[in-house]
Amino acid sequence: MNTDSMSKSIGLHAAVILVLFLLQFVLPEYHHLSVTRIMLLAVFAMGFNLLFGYSGLLSLGHAMFFASGMYGAGLAAYHLSWSVPVSFFFGIGCGFLLSLVLGAIALRTTGVAFMIVTLMFSQVAYLVIVYFTTYTRGDEGLVMPEAARSFGFLGREFLLTDPMTRYNLALILLALSMLIVILLVRGRFGRSLVAIRENESRTRMLGFNTYAIKLKALTASGTISASAGAAYALMFAYIGSSFATIQYSIDPLLYTLLGGAGTVLGPVLGTFLMFYLIDIASEYTTAYLLVAGIILVLLVLFFPRGLLGTLKEKWIRWLP
Amino acid sequence: MDFGPYLFLATLEGLVQAAVLCLTALGLSLVFGVMRVVNVAHGEFYMLGAVLAWWITGWFINHPAVGFLLALVLGPALVGVIAWICERFILRRIEYDPEATIVATIGILYILQQSALLTFGPDARPVDTPFYFRVEFPWFGYSGYKLLVIAAAACLLSVAWFVITRTRIGLIMRATQFDRETAQTFGISVNKVYALVFAAGAAFAAVAAVLIVPIQQAHYLMGGDPLLLSFIVVIIGGLGSLRGTLVAALLIGLSDGIISVFFSPTLAKMVSTLLVALVLVFRPQGLFGVRNRL
Repeated sequence: MNTDSMSKSIGLHAAVILVLFLLQFVLPEYHHLSVTRIMLLAVFAMGFNLLFGYSGLLSLGHAMFFASGMYGAGLAAYHLSWSVPVSFFFGIGCGFLLSLVLGAIALRTTGVAFMIVTLMFSQVAYLVIVYFTTYTRGDEGLVMPEAARSFGFLGREFLLTDPMTRYNLALILLALSMLIVILLVRGRFGRSLVAIRENESRTRMLGFNTYAIKLKALTASGTISASAGAAYALMFAYIGSSFATIQYSIDPLLYTLLGGAGTVLGPVLGTFLMFYLIDIASEYTTAYLLVAGIILVLLVLFFPRGLLGTLKEKWIRWLP
Repeated sequence: MDFGPYLFLATLEGLVQAAVLCLTALGLSLVFGVMRVVNVAHGEFYMLGAVLAWWITGWFINHPAVGFLLALVLGPALVGVIAWICERFILRRIEYDPEATIVATIGILYILQQSALLTFGPDARPVDTPFYFRVEFPWFGYSGYKLLVIAAAACLLSVAWFVITRTRIGLIMRATQFDRETAQTFGISVNKVYALVFAAGAAFAAVAAVLIVPIQQAHYLMGGDPLLLSFIVVIIGGLGSLRGTLVAALLIGLSDGIISVFFSPTLAKMVSTLLVALVLVFRPQGLFGVRNRL
């Protein structure tokens, strides 16, 4: 990677963040809220893509990582009355532990078995949430208490009921995740991930401990996804078991495939497009998921690399 | 009621579950065994079978038995055609790449499920039992139809077993499963075999659904549970092994039926799913020790 393409790529990502920052001053109320949600879901998709796009491991259970962050943060704030920042980091911690432990087990399998195992673990996580309905209120969910709607940080008071605050906090999380993902994938670690994706046995033969590398990738991926879940719970003041369903494992896959797996901005673009496509479709019909199905099939058939993946392959080679 | 008759009732219920599960899982196992792809849309073919049964029996309000028999033939045939279309225009074009196939079948899952929502609607709809007949045991009366389901499933499974192990078509299928390229050099049209197997797999799920729909109800989201249970069965039985699939389906169907009579169904589902995931991790060849083909 030469310095020229490095600076171009930093410029591009900084421009994306800047555009998102400026957007908040012109967006009408409804879209303002939508974009806040999209940015958090984009963080989730970026976490997913770190594993799927770079190391080639397709997890069908990322909803459990999202939900671990969401429930870690939400339950701490609700039952233990912990402050917002502490709950947030506790949620991330839960995601880190869960992805480390389950990753260590699930990564003993490869290929199709890995997908089924992650799918099943995620289903168990969902059932656990439903089963302990005394604490989680299952499907009905919990609404965060008034005390968890604001927090003091560095001597300033932040109100989570204020849309501007939410928007900018989501933007900060997006920017940070983007930075972390870029640093991870551009370095030696990212190249070893791609090596595993392209040919795992050769990578192992070259002396890499592929299991350890994959576990690191899965843990980082799960932790980033959990941070999105934790932020989602605290910002929108609601946690519910629907966020742990298979639907939420498929969504990041859909976003990533649409935008382009194995590119940093792909999942962000994919989340934006898909969110609005579904939003528009749901105005016309209750069967809006039909759109998701058709797009998945079309992507697999005609654009297996997604939008940015195709761009990267054909024209913009320096895209990270 | 005493414990003995109660257990007998639970076993009967379990057997009905197991019969339906055997058929559904056999379809999934067949597709996985021969084509080496995981069909995530399998549950939706099941759902389509039930919805078509509701539609077809609706033509014969006054003759439920006629409508049911027609549904039993026409439903799976239509589902087979739909599956054939999916195979021909989607799976064949991506050359059965395992990961792409999973993503594509997730897409098919949504398309089928949401199309059912658009046409069939969001409500659960009952289908009339083709006949009313109660078998009187000394302790309780039991629906004769449920016993018929068990018998019908046993017949169908025997036919399937006969076709696979004793006929020329079965031989060709097994040859393709064993070694695709060698089969091709012997003049077997692998594409035709794949199309047939995929359609047959879907039709099995549809038959199971038509049989069970007078007991349950048709609903556009009903495909989720049979999909998960079939996965469990196929994994426990050893991926791609037909005998293992049947044994595991009996085991799981029976124990699921019995456990959910005595314990919380959520807890039962949770524990069994977790156990199965661990089986797949630590004993990928399945509990019955058939060679791993994944």
